[in-house]
Amino acid sequence: MNRAKLRRYALPTLALIAALVAWEAVVRINQIEPVILPAPSLVLKTLIADWPVLFRSLMVTMRITVEALVAATIGGTLLALVFARFRWVEEAFFPFAVIMQVTPVVSIAPLLLVYFDSAGAVLVCSFLVAFFPILSNTALGLSSVDHNLLDLFQLYRASRGRQLLWLRVPSALPYFLGGLRIGGGLALIGAIVAEIAAGSAGQGSGLAFRIIESGYRLNIPRMFAALALISLAGVAIYLALSALSYLLLHRWHDSARSRDT
Amino acid sequence: MSVIIEQTATAAAAPRLARLEDVSKTFANGTVALTGVDLDIRRGEFLSLLGPSGCGKSTILRLLADLTSPSAGWINWDEREHELGFVFQEPTLMPWASVFNNVWLPLRLKGQSRSAAEPAINDALAKVGLSGFAKAYPRELSGGMKMRVSIARALVTRPALLLMDEPFAALDEITRNKLNDDLVALKCELDATVVFVTHSVYESVYLSDRIVVMAPRPGRVVAEIEIPAPLPRDEDFRLSPLYAQRCRETSAALHQAMEMETKGAAH
Repeated sequence: MNRAKLRRYALPTLALIAALVAWEAVVRINQIEPVILPAPSLVLKTLIADWPVLFRSLMVTMRITVEALVAATIGGTLLALVFARFRWVEEAFFPFAVIMQVTPVVSIAPLLLVYFDSAGAVLVCSFLVAFFPILSNTALGLSSVDHNLLDLFQLYRASRGRQLLWLRVPSALPYFLGGLRIGGGLALIGAIVAEIAAGSAGQGSGLAFRIIESGYRLNIPRMFAALALISLAGVAIYLALSALSYLLLHRWHDSARSRDT
Repeated sequence: MSVIIEQTATAAAAPRLARLEDVSKTFANGTVALTGVDLDIRRGEFLSLLGPSGCGKSTILRLLADLTSPSAGWINWDEREHELGFVFQEPTLMPWASVFNNVWLPLRLKGQSRSAAEPAINDALAKVGLSGFAKAYPRELSGGMKMRVSIARALVTRPALLLMDEPFAALDEITRNKLNDDLVALKCELDATVVFVTHSVYESVYLSDRIVVMAPRPGRVVAEIEIPAPLPRDEDFRLSPLYAQRCRETSAALHQAMEMETKGAAH
């Protein structure tokens, strides 16, 4: 491992360890009650002790996030393809897209609870926030094709289908993957926010519900443990989608290429 | 007014591939790109279109490639079926595809399978000196190599007419000179007709059988200059009196075209 690589990985790891050590020291020196601020060591102990409950909740939240992301990916991509093919559809739907995107998800969640059960509302909420970045990025990618390449396809009398498959889709791939990475993070946020909103409606067994429950019971170490799991889930989603992006783009696109150096 | 300098009997008698008759092109925004252009494309010739920016050189190429249609006038082809190759100012390669797949594209769009197209692709790559680079991706190549891939892609269908829109403008002089020589050698080998857009007087005189000088706003033909020396040419040609004389004449015609623009703007 060369010096630059060592620095890239070692520096953030050391900073993280230093922050945890400082946190532990502050709690111990000032003898802060766990109900105010638990030490990292206590959070870790709670995580291990409550693992069966927390892991089940993690799986619930992750399942909803992944299902919403898959649905948003399929829906967003298909609608972007329709936009690319029929300009009038894009123009007609544009106001809806803007309204849906600028309306905070937390304000939609109670409304969704009117129409769906709490599990359904959480899924729809998570889907809605992940859907728009994927749609808008993919639509932008499909329309951002090199004009000379379009001319070339026209010169060789390429059909519309081949132009889409061999030119527009590969051109849009980096945009789509960028949207997917944003959508992945937002799907988790959407799931958590909707769980918090739906939590009072019953049957909330995701991580957000565990946080609310821990708050009610003043079990602050468990609250931190649940928070740590949410962060780790977010990091895992980001890393998985970054790896996918690297796999598909590293041979030809600048965004993934810099990782090779 | 069109000025024809030394139109040789042999060149004028060459069979015609296409003819632009009184062609005008006005864009949707009202810009008049071309007006009243009459131009013969002779079979097997290397024709350069020379002129300042905005004189409609690229528009003529796009008209010949059927990428746009004239607002007035006609383009008459002597053959109904004519295979075309187009090389843009940028290499215009698909960055996600290997060199092989980029060159395969025109044949693939005609329905040729990979294995059926392979000999033609390998031949085209060999002609541009890139035999060992079939698996490389465009970003792994230098600017000159990318342009060679672009030329290979245009040649893979063995076109009767090769249209080139300032293909070497972005390259350094050494690469440019080398590609000029290679291009003329390929043109002679394939017996293709080339219509070549350029800003460079020296490049046009070195490469062409005939130079058409154009003036801008609106784009029109102002002079035609024949270069009566056989292709391919070598460095000795650059030292010949004919080369020097034609450079002077072409330069004067270009100067005149630019003065027309200035006068037009003043009025």
